[in-house]
Amino acid sequence: MSVSGPVRADKVTRAGLLLGARLTVPLWPGIIVFAMAYGTAAVQKGLSVAEAMLASGLVFAGAAQLVALEAWTDHWTLGAILLVSVVTFTVNARIILMGASLQPWIAPIPGRIVWPSLALLTDANWVIAERYRAEGGRDAGVMIGAGLMLWVVWLTTTLPGALLGRMVQDPTRYAIDLVLPVFFSAMAVPLWKGRRDTIAWTMAGIVSVATWWLVPGYLFMVTGALAGAITGAILGMRDDG
Amino acid sequence: MGDPVFSVSPGTLAAILGMTAATYLCRTLGVFLMARVPLNKPIRDGLAALPGSIIVAVVLPLAVKAGPTGILALAVAIGVMLIRRNELLAMLVGLGTAALARAAGL
Repeated sequence: MSVSGPVRADKVTRAGLLLGARLTVPLWPGIIVFAMAYGTAAVQKGLSVAEAMLASGLVFAGAAQLVALEAWTDHWTLGAILLVSVVTFTVNARIILMGASLQPWIAPIPGRIVWPSLALLTDANWVIAERYRAEGGRDAGVMIGAGLMLWVVWLTTTLPGALLGRMVQDPTRYAIDLVLPVFFSAMAVPLWKGRRDTIAWTMAGIVSVATWWLVPGYLFMVTGALAGAITGAILGMRDDG
Repeated sequence: MGDPVFSVSPGTLAAILGMTAATYLCRTLGVFLMARVPLNKPIRDGLAALPGSIIVAVVLPLAVKAGPTGILALAVAIGVMLIRRNELLAMLVGLGTAALARAAGL
């Protein structure tokens, strides 16, 4: 395989921030519809507009915010708060793996930049950063700029959904519901590096679909991704032995 | 119930802060742990396969759930990406195909 050393991010520049922000543009239609749908659903669940905006601004995780509404209540006990937090954690557990995969790349960036920036880590800026990194990119600003731009779009478009309600009638009509899956799978293409990936990714797909079939919830994302990584590690040992 | 626009109840605020903490934990835990794991060869090989595996594991069940149009949209987008390496084009063609297929009643 490659003989050059691993690519490390060793800077955060203005140009990188702007590039990252620009790379999010294809995702805007999907995010806008998703955020408006969340604003609408939140207000229907009894949140005030301000509370819906706080959730979008602070939590900034669309799927988790929507799922948490299922466990929403008017009378918050400690148990209810814990339940909603645990539900949020399970929906977002895939982000643990995204952080793990980025860590060697962002390791040279100082902690005072990394830890606050990670508050913006989400599926879309993760995959944008991974693609940029796979092409030899060294500017962590791409990850941060993409995260900031996504946050601004997500937060600002929660507002019309919460204020107007029912603006989004049927997201399936224009295939808006497929924006994120389609973007994600297109971004996998430049990450592919050969036969080992083919086998590992196939294993990830088999295990995730099987888990999804057998276990309710979001465990399938974690088991599938781990199965792929473990397969990659095993294939690496076999190829050397 | 307070004002439907501006009120923030203490209980709801606590729930949102709990969700925020849980999500920040997910965002940082993988970075925190990987910084403490020796980057030996099996770990490096596992990490090399991880980004694509995450994508497949997240997307494939969602595509299966979305039915034939979902799988068609992904296949078309991947095909365009293989040929042109342009994610905006891949998305437009993939989503356009899905919208047409749905309009046709697939």
